[in-house]
Amino acid sequence: MIELHDLTKRYGDTLAVDGLSFQVPRGVVTGFLGPNGAGKSTTMRMILDLDRPTAGRVTLDGRRYGQLSEPLTYIGALLEAKAVHPGRTARDHLLWMAQSNRLPRHRVDEVLELVGLSAVARKRARGFSLGMSQRLGIASALLGDPEILMFDEPVNGLDPEGIVWIRTLMKGMAAEGRTVFVSSHLMSEMALTADHLVVIGRGRLLADLPMADFIKQNSRSAVRVRTPQPETLLDALHRAGVGAEPGPDGSWEVPDGDLAFLGELAAEHRITLHELSPQQASLEEAFMQMTAESVEYRIGSGEGGQDRPAVGPAGTARTGPAQAAPAGAWGSDWQARKQKEN
Amino acid sequence: MAAFPAILQSEWTKLRSVRSTLWTLGLAFVVTLGLGALISVLANNNFEDFAPEGSPFDATGTSFAGIILGEIAMVVFGVLAIGNEYSSGMIRVSLAAVPQRATLLAGKFAVIGAVAFAVALVTVFVTFFTGQALLGVHSTSLGEPHVLRAVFGAAGYLTMICLFSAGVTAMLHNQTLALGVLVPFFFLLSPILSAVPKVKTVAHYFPDYAGQRMLLVYQESGQPYGPGQGFLICLVWTLAALGGGVLVLRSRDA
Repeated sequence: MIELHDLTKRYGDTLAVDGLSFQVPRGVVTGFLGPNGAGKSTTMRMILDLDRPTAGRVTLDGRRYGQLSEPLTYIGALLEAKAVHPGRTARDHLLWMAQSNRLPRHRVDEVLELVGLSAVARKRARGFSLGMSQRLGIASALLGDPEILMFDEPVNGLDPEGIVWIRTLMKGMAAEGRTVFVSSHLMSEMALTADHLVVIGRGRLLADLPMADFIKQNSRSAVRVRTPQPETLLDALHRAGVGAEPGPDGSWEVPDGDLAFLGELAAEHRITLHELSPQQASLEEAFMQMTAESVEYRIGSGEGGQDRPAVGPAGTARTGPAQAAPAGAWGSDWQARKQKEN
Repeated sequence: MAAFPAILQSEWTKLRSVRSTLWTLGLAFVVTLGLGALISVLANNNFEDFAPEGSPFDATGTSFAGIILGEIAMVVFGVLAIGNEYSSGMIRVSLAAVPQRATLLAGKFAVIGAVAFAVALVTVFVTFFTGQALLGVHSTSLGEPHVLRAVFGAAGYLTMICLFSAGVTAMLHNQTLALGVLVPFFFLLSPILSAVPKVKTVAHYFPDYAGQRMLLVYQESGQPYGPGQGFLICLVWTLAALGGGVLVLRSRDA
């Protein structure tokens, strides 16, 4: 099991990873989510002992990565797809890896078959497309038949077919009882594959919970009602014991409202309706809200947020989710409202 | 701990599976032999111009005239064998497979050294016999004093220069930078400085000048030390570069 204890990494003035502690649960797909520059890749490199933590530590079943003998049989990782010598064939690339960990030679052909690269096994990596390189990287992660798999942004730059392939592969690996730890900056992608969710923003842990809980907490639906007779409508709703909140452009929204009930209610009270529509807050929106808040907090807290280089969440916040979400879109401020309620 | 024989096998696969790296070894053989043969033919045909006054003619050294070019190919081989891990980002894959960094690099150096020595040995013997055949009546043989030592010295010299370059590349962890530093150093800077008065007393302790003492059959006048010390000085440089490479890899984020 991968356990992070207060893991911290500082590059000069930049705190890339800031006191991160969590465990990757066994036998499921865990999505490691955060905006670009949140520290996901740095964390993964520290798990593999490639980068040395400034403070804190990572343990793998109680051991450091550097203490593992034949680590490929324990954890298989894909960090960068293009980290292959362009002049070496796919087969030779896997062969040296297999030899270094005393894996049998036939594993090379098995994993090439598994990722569908058998036909180009003797081709040099120079001519590989991103999709083929990604498959080769996944083949090298599977080489030692490890119980833990770790992928850094595996769907980046892939065509839809490749994305579906990776998604199916990860689910299949978890179904075999393996632990899959996969980073992404796309909530929508994780919603389809992950069973557990770890969200970080600017190197800090924002959430660590089962995917089902995240969906339950964040997928809110409502019915938007628009009428030229709002007073009559609110009155009727009040008498029916249904609460409503003001929506954009003079509309009203009924959380978890029932379309049929509201339509009948309006007809009963002869209320003219200009709109009666279901509204759904996307998980993507909830995720962006979560990470954007961490950014605002950091900048507002005066911890030198302003003079930091415009990378990562800060940059994302200025140009990205917070502003990109249309002002007044449904659910855009519900997190803030929820906090007020609490 | 990852098993050392497994690392050696894996590093050998890495080395033999990239064509461009192997070509530099072929080039080392071809230029050392070709230039040596050419100079030997010229020396035989114009012996009066080649024979130094007051000291004996060095038939061994004449046939090894191509080593100044062959060593550059060996330097490039040493740089590429280490540097291509950094240029492709593959070093992270290598370290994920073998996290014991010192062991990994030691295995790499061992394979590079063994391959370089094997190629150098074949190169110098073929070059020596070819050169002697072309020198005709002016030739020497392995049975003459110091000749066999000079031939082995040539192979040892090429191997150490190659390993020195590999170590420097590991210290710089950048292939292009390493080539940019090492090739001008061995090809221009060191030979020029060795000829400049006063500066040359320092330049005489550079690895290439020291290593080249191993190739000499006759003691040159004004030479600061003999082949044995030359070997030791070159060896110290080589071990320092290899050790430095290990220290840098161990301490750095990959």
